[in-house]
Amino acid sequence: MQSFDMNVITRSLGEVGSTVFYILVGIIILELIIYGIFGKLLKSRHTLPAMLLGPAVVGLAVLIVYPLLWEFNLSFTNMSLRRFGDNAQYTWLACQDNPQEVNSWVTDCLIKNYADVFRLPVLKQAYFFPVLLRTILWTAVNMFFHVAGGLGLALLLNRPLRGKGVYRTLIILPWAIPQVIAALAWRGEFNYEFGFVNLMLGQVGIPPLQWLTAPGWNFVAMCIVNIWLGIPFMMVILLGGLQSISGEYYEAAEIDGANGFQQFKNITLPLLQPVMTPAIILGTIWTFNNFNVPYFINQNELETSDILVTALFRAAFQYNRYGFAAAFAFVIFIILLVYSIFYIRVTGALKEVNA
Amino acid sequence: MSTTSSSQTSTPGAAGKKPDSVLSRFFYAQRGDSPFKLLMIHLTLILASIIAIYPVLRVLTISLRPGDRLLSTSLAIIPEDASFENYTKVLTDSDFLLWVWNSFAVTGATSIIGVILASTSAYAFSRSRFPGRTAGLIFLLATQMIPAAMLMVPLFILAVQANLIGTYRGLVIAYSVTSIPFSIWILKGYYDTIPYDLEQAAMLDGATQMGAFYRIILPLTTPALAIVFLFNFMAAWNDYLLARIFLSNATEIWTWPLGLQLLQGQFTTAWGQFAAASILVMIPVVTLFLYSSKYLISGLTAGGVKG
Repeated sequence: MQSFDMNVITRSLGEVGSTVFYILVGIIILELIIYGIFGKLLKSRHTLPAMLLGPAVVGLAVLIVYPLLWEFNLSFTNMSLRRFGDNAQYTWLACQDNPQEVNSWVTDCLIKNYADVFRLPVLKQAYFFPVLLRTILWTAVNMFFHVAGGLGLALLLNRPLRGKGVYRTLIILPWAIPQVIAALAWRGEFNYEFGFVNLMLGQVGIPPLQWLTAPGWNFVAMCIVNIWLGIPFMMVILLGGLQSISGEYYEAAEIDGANGFQQFKNITLPLLQPVMTPAIILGTIWTFNNFNVPYFINQNELETSDILVTALFRAAFQYNRYGFAAAFAFVIFIILLVYSIFYIRVTGALKEVNA
Repeated sequence: MSTTSSSQTSTPGAAGKKPDSVLSRFFYAQRGDSPFKLLMIHLTLILASIIAIYPVLRVLTISLRPGDRLLSTSLAIIPEDASFENYTKVLTDSDFLLWVWNSFAVTGATSIIGVILASTSAYAFSRSRFPGRTAGLIFLLATQMIPAAMLMVPLFILAVQANLIGTYRGLVIAYSVTSIPFSIWILKGYYDTIPYDLEQAAMLDGATQMGAFYRIILPLTTPALAIVFLFNFMAAWNDYLLARIFLSNATEIWTWPLGLQLLQGQFTTAWGQFAAASILVMIPVVTLFLYSSKYLISGLTAGGVKG
């Protein structure tokens, strides 16, 4: 154990502070360069936007664009723990060392890592397609319950009701709790003997379940935790949308004799659409990419509980197959990209960008 | 909170309403809902509230159990012989305080940088038409699709090669930048709702565009800035993945999520300490979150997910 004293405090302050200082100095230099080039040299009317955007653009380029390009390059190499850094080779160069194993130059040499994603286990035993199907199932189950639960609660809370603020505060709680804590605490509660889940099942006469070791139940456990975590966000967003719908529509509908369900179907749902669509797109992507819940509930034990992103993490940091993991990452990215483009086309969700 | 929302809520059906019974007046009914229906609504909401808070109460329960009764099959919320033993233990016998301090130092610095970078960029996206604007906005949206684990692979290897593993350098830069796209989207949506006339009036009076931004737009967007700060703070404060990659095995600079995982891993010996530490971390985060949730709701619906 480290001692927590002034030395430690000043040490971390110093390290963080100096990094912040370097960042600020970097920003100032960058602004001067942009001002020099755009303002003085080109006399551009875009000088101000360029200066406003400069630091963020450079930051995103260094931390997101460059690493992704580098990763794309990495996905064609055989980098692993043994062949790290300069010892890694492009797969087509590595091919030349043992030409007798090559059946097809394209799949065995040129895009070997990408081909391996589909033909070899991505982990020890798990193949790509079962993991993909599980991820889709995971996303679908979670989104269904998030939207259904969130919409149901939002509709209830949108009524004039006593104690509404208290209910909302309590129901929001799972969102407020750090995911790491929630997931780790739930893992403890899925313990066979002492967790409250099995204890409660015991109270109603159901025998205890192997939440942490039985593959199917482990997956159910992950879903329970994530549904519990995700409903508040949907509820809050949809409640905001509901509150922006003018009451006049309902008054008019009531005069025309529409019942509750007809009002819901013909007024609430269509008018909620602009809020619901982006929330569902974002929610789907977040769920698909959710790392914390599957990772902490399963803790890298059952391969049958891995979804794509946790499998990717294991391929990279447990089995240290960096080149392969890079290819795997791009396959996942393309799946998400196709989904998003499809969804945007269908719903026209990006109209405002072009406005 | 309840007053702000009920003032916006419509009260349809007021015209043809029957006289209220005592029971329905108690439940504040305006829609002419029957008392039975109101009772069902309240029961549903009470059930939902219990489901939402019970797991959290269990963490509290376990944190209050004395060491020798940690593994108990009792379901009582407050254990019979409640004690603060776990709290004193986690505060004095573990690195918990150090981890929280580290988290605080890193998170505070990075969220301020993140807000500054995002607020200026979002202003450019909202007010200026420059080449590449649409492409830039779509790029920002696309970054939200990138799985975190996908970026970890290259960031880890690049950080190893740049000798940034086991220091705060990489982590601070990474936290400052990764939250920018989402922040820009929220803030841009918010700036868009402010009429440009305000700045034009200021500029007619001799202010520069930056002056107008600083004096007029920034004060008006305080709620949105608060949300973005909160989002950045929460994202960095709760992050596990980046910290795990960048801080590696250097336990003396670990942030609390790494430390908590260590405590939770020793299930039988340190479960109580894990629970106590969780409660201690949760109290400020949850308070901050609930306090700011009214901004959060208005900001999210006004900006980020505007249709």
